[in-house]
Amino acid sequence: MDRRLFLKGLTGTACSLAAHPMMTTVTLAASDGSAPLGDHRLIVVILRGAMDGLDLVRPSGDPLFAGYRPTLSANQGPDLTGYFSLNPTLTGLMPLWQAGHLGFVQATSTPYRDQRSHFDGQDILEAGTGLDVPNAAVRDGWLNRMLQSVPGLRAQTAFAIGTDSAPLLQGPAPVSNWQPDLRLDLSAQSRLLLDHIYHDDALFRDAATEAVSLTESIDLSRMDGMASPGAGGRLADIERLTDFAADRLREDTRVAAFSLNGWDTHRNQSGGITLPLRRLERVVLRMSEQLGPDIWGKTLLLAMTEFGRTVAENGTKGTDHGTGGAMLMAGGALKGGRVMGKWPGLDESALYQRRDLMPTSDVRAWAAWAMRGMYGFDRTLLETNVFPGLSMGDNPGLLA
Amino acid sequence: MTQDKTTAAFRFGYGLPLPALAPAEPASMLAALRGPDTMATTYPGPRLDDLTETLARADSMLRTSRRAETAEANAARQDYRQAIAQLEGVTLMAAKTTFARALDATDGFRERLVQFWADHFTTVARSRRDSPLPATMVEEAIRPYITDRFADMLKAVIQHPAMLGYLDQSRSFGPNSRIGQRRTKGLNENLARELLELHTVGSGYTQDDVTQMAALLTGLTVGKKGPTFDARRAEPGPETVLGTVYEGDTLATVLKALDDLAENPSTAAHLARKLAIHFVSDQPNPDLVQALTDAWRISGGDLLAVTESLLTQPAAWGKMQEKARQPFDFIAAALRALGLDGADVMRMADDVFREVILQPMAAMGQPWQSPPGPDGWSEMAEAWITPETMAARITWAMDMPQRLITPLPDPTALMTRCLGAHLGERLAWAVPKSENIREAVGLVLASPEFNRR
Repeated sequence: MDRRLFLKGLTGTACSLAAHPMMTTVTLAASDGSAPLGDHRLIVVILRGAMDGLDLVRPSGDPLFAGYRPTLSANQGPDLTGYFSLNPTLTGLMPLWQAGHLGFVQATSTPYRDQRSHFDGQDILEAGTGLDVPNAAVRDGWLNRMLQSVPGLRAQTAFAIGTDSAPLLQGPAPVSNWQPDLRLDLSAQSRLLLDHIYHDDALFRDAATEAVSLTESIDLSRMDGMASPGAGGRLADIERLTDFAADRLREDTRVAAFSLNGWDTHRNQSGGITLPLRRLERVVLRMSEQLGPDIWGKTLLLAMTEFGRTVAENGTKGTDHGTGGAMLMAGGALKGGRVMGKWPGLDESALYQRRDLMPTSDVRAWAAWAMRGMYGFDRTLLETNVFPGLSMGDNPGLLA
Repeated sequence: MTQDKTTAAFRFGYGLPLPALAPAEPASMLAALRGPDTMATTYPGPRLDDLTETLARADSMLRTSRRAETAEANAARQDYRQAIAQLEGVTLMAAKTTFARALDATDGFRERLVQFWADHFTTVARSRRDSPLPATMVEEAIRPYITDRFADMLKAVIQHPAMLGYLDQSRSFGPNSRIGQRRTKGLNENLARELLELHTVGSGYTQDDVTQMAALLTGLTVGKKGPTFDARRAEPGPETVLGTVYEGDTLATVLKALDDLAENPSTAAHLARKLAIHFVSDQPNPDLVQALTDAWRISGGDLLAVTESLLTQPAAWGKMQEKARQPFDFIAAALRALGLDGADVMRMADDVFREVILQPMAAMGQPWQSPPGPDGWSEMAEAWITPETMAARITWAMDMPQRLITPLPDPTALMTRCLGAHLGERLAWAVPKSENIREAVGLVLASPEFNRR
C-alpha cells in the first residue's frame, strides 16, 4: 500500500495546502514489513461457466477422442506428453511448460454430482464443502477459512479482485476488494475537501483515504503500456486486472482471487472458447512478466472450474454440462511440465454415467496440497476447517 | 428543520426533503400505515399469476430444445430466449417500481418496512428464469402483511414458490413417503434450518429439531399451478419440533407448526432485536429491544402493535446517526435530494437505469436482489463503508447527478434541503469552497451525514 502516491498527487496544490486542515489528517501507512504468510503468493482464478478440460488439455493420443469430438479435435495444438496436447490457442504458454512453470490436472472435480447446475457447482467450489448439495449454512469461502487460521493478518494480505464478487474469499478474515471499473477522477481540491468532511468520522475517513489511494496508484503507475497490438478492449480489461493484482502481490499481498467468465460453451465451442482461453493465457503470461522472476518464482496460480463438460460433443458443435474437469496451474513455485491426476480413460464404460469424464480426484485436495506446501498448514486443519470432510490423499509434490 | 422531522426522514423514510403531506411524527405515521397502500396501486408490482404462462413456456421450450431435432430445437431455443427476456424485463420493471415507490410514497415508512421484511425473508433467484420470483414474493407474501400478524406473513412466505425454490424445499422428499420410496429420494434441510435459525426463533433448537422440521415440511412444493401440498412426498408423521408433537400429513399441520414458531417467545426476542438494529442502531439500546419484545409478546406478534412500539420509544428518536445507508437507500435518497420522482425513474430507459442505478449499486456492494446468503444484507456500517464501496459512492456522487439533472441544483441549497438538522459544520464549511458545482454537489452526497442514517 503506497500512500505516498496519494500525497504526490496532491503536491500540485501546495500553495493552498499549507493552510489547509487536511494536512494534519493524512496518515502515512508504513508497511511494518511483517508478512504473516511468508513469501509465497497464491492466486486463485475461478473459471465460471464450466471450462471444458478435455479441450484445454486434449487426449489426442487416444483414437476414441476424435470419434467423440469430430469438430473439436481438429487443429491440433502443441504436444505435451505424447498423449495429451495443448489447445492450439494456448501455444503462447509453451515456454512456461518447457520451463516447468505450467502444469495441469486432468479428471478432477468437486464432490458435486449429477445436478450439473452452474449455480450450485460454483457455490460448492467456492465454499469448499464436502457435500454434493450447497450448504447454505456455510457462508464463507475456503480461501477465507485458510486466512482465518493466520494470526496478525491485515486486509491487504488478500485481495478479491474484479466485479464478480469472489465468494471464496468471503468471510470473517480481513480481505480487501478491488474493482477495475472504479476510477476516482477527483480534482486535488475535491480530495482536500473530502478529507475535511470525513475528518471526524473514523469509519468514513479510513475508507475514503484508502479508496482514493487505491485507485490513484493504479492510474498513476499504469496508464500507458496497457494497449498491446491486436488486443481487444476486453483483453485490455484483463490486463488491467492482472496488473493490479501483480502490483499488490509484489508488495504485501499474498493471496489474490478473481474470476474469468465465458466458459459455458454449449454451441460452436471451437470459436466460443477462444476468447476465454486467450484471456486465461494473457493472465498467466502477464502475471509472470509483471511479477518478475523473483516473485514469480514464489508464486502458484490455480485456475479451477465448477465442473467439466460432456466427453462427446453435442449436436451443435459444443459440449454440455459434465462432471470430471481440469485444472491449470502456473508459477515458478510449481513443479510443472506434467499432466497430473489419474487418467480414467475415454472408454464408454470408464465414463461417469456413460457421458462425462470420470473424476478421479477432488479439486480441493490439489488446493489443499498447494496451501500445505506453500504455507505449511497442518493437514488436520486443511481437512477439517478449510475443506471440511476432505481426504487429501497422497502428497502429489506440487512444488518445485 | 426540526430534529424530529429529520429523524423521521432519515431513520424511518428515504430522506429529505419529505414529500408534501408526509407524516413525520408517530401518530400520523401510524395512521398512514393503517390507511390504504396507495403506492401498490400507483406503481403495481409483479404477480406470480401473471407470469405462470411465461414460466411454463420457458420450461417447455427448454425441454424441446434439448430433445428435438435441430430445426425444431433452434425454434424452441429462440422461443425460450424470448420468454427469458420477458421474465427479466419483469424483474427490471419491479426494480424501477421499488425506487418509484420509495421516491413518491408519502408514508415512506411503509416502504422501509417492506424492505426490512423482504430482507428478513431473503430469496435470491436461482436462474434467469426465476429472476422475477423474489419480487413477486415481496409483493404477495410480504407487502400485504406488514401491519398484520407475523404468523400470517410467515405462512404466506413459506408457501411461496420463491422461497420453496430458493431454499430447496421443492427438492425435499420424505424418505418414507410414497415418492421418496419409489425414487429413493430424501430430505433437504435447507428451508427447515433457515426457518428456525433466520426466520423465527434464532436459537435454542437442536439438529433434531431441524431434521424433524424438515420432515414436517415435506409435502410443501411447487406444483403446475403454484404452491401446493403433495401428500405423496410427505414423510409419514408424527414429528416433534421444539417439544411439540405434530400429527397428520396435511397442510394444516404444517401451518400449525408455523403458527407455533411465530408465537414462540424466542421469535419475539429475535425479531425485536433485529428491528431495533435495522431502524435505530447497530448496537441498539437494550430498553428499546425489551420494549419491542414486550409489545410483540403482548400482542401475539401483531406487527402494527410492534411498529407502534418502535415509533413511540424515546430511544428510537434523537440525533444519533450510527448506521450507514445501504446502497439502495443511498441512491433513493440521492435521487430524492436531486428532485427526481417516481415517474422519472419509471421513464428511464432500461440501459440508463442499469448504468445509473443498478451497476453502481453493485459496485457499492449491493447487487440487485442478490445478497450473499439467506441471511440477507449486513446491517453493520462497517460492511458498507469500505475502501472500494466508498470509491463507488464518491464516484457516483461526483459523476451521476450531472447525468440525471441539468442544471445541477445550487449546492448550498441542496445541502440544507437534504440534510436538515444533520448538516454538520465541516460540510457547511467545505461545500462553498469547491471549485465547481459538480464537485460541490458530489461533496454533499458523499458526506458522512448523507451516507449515515
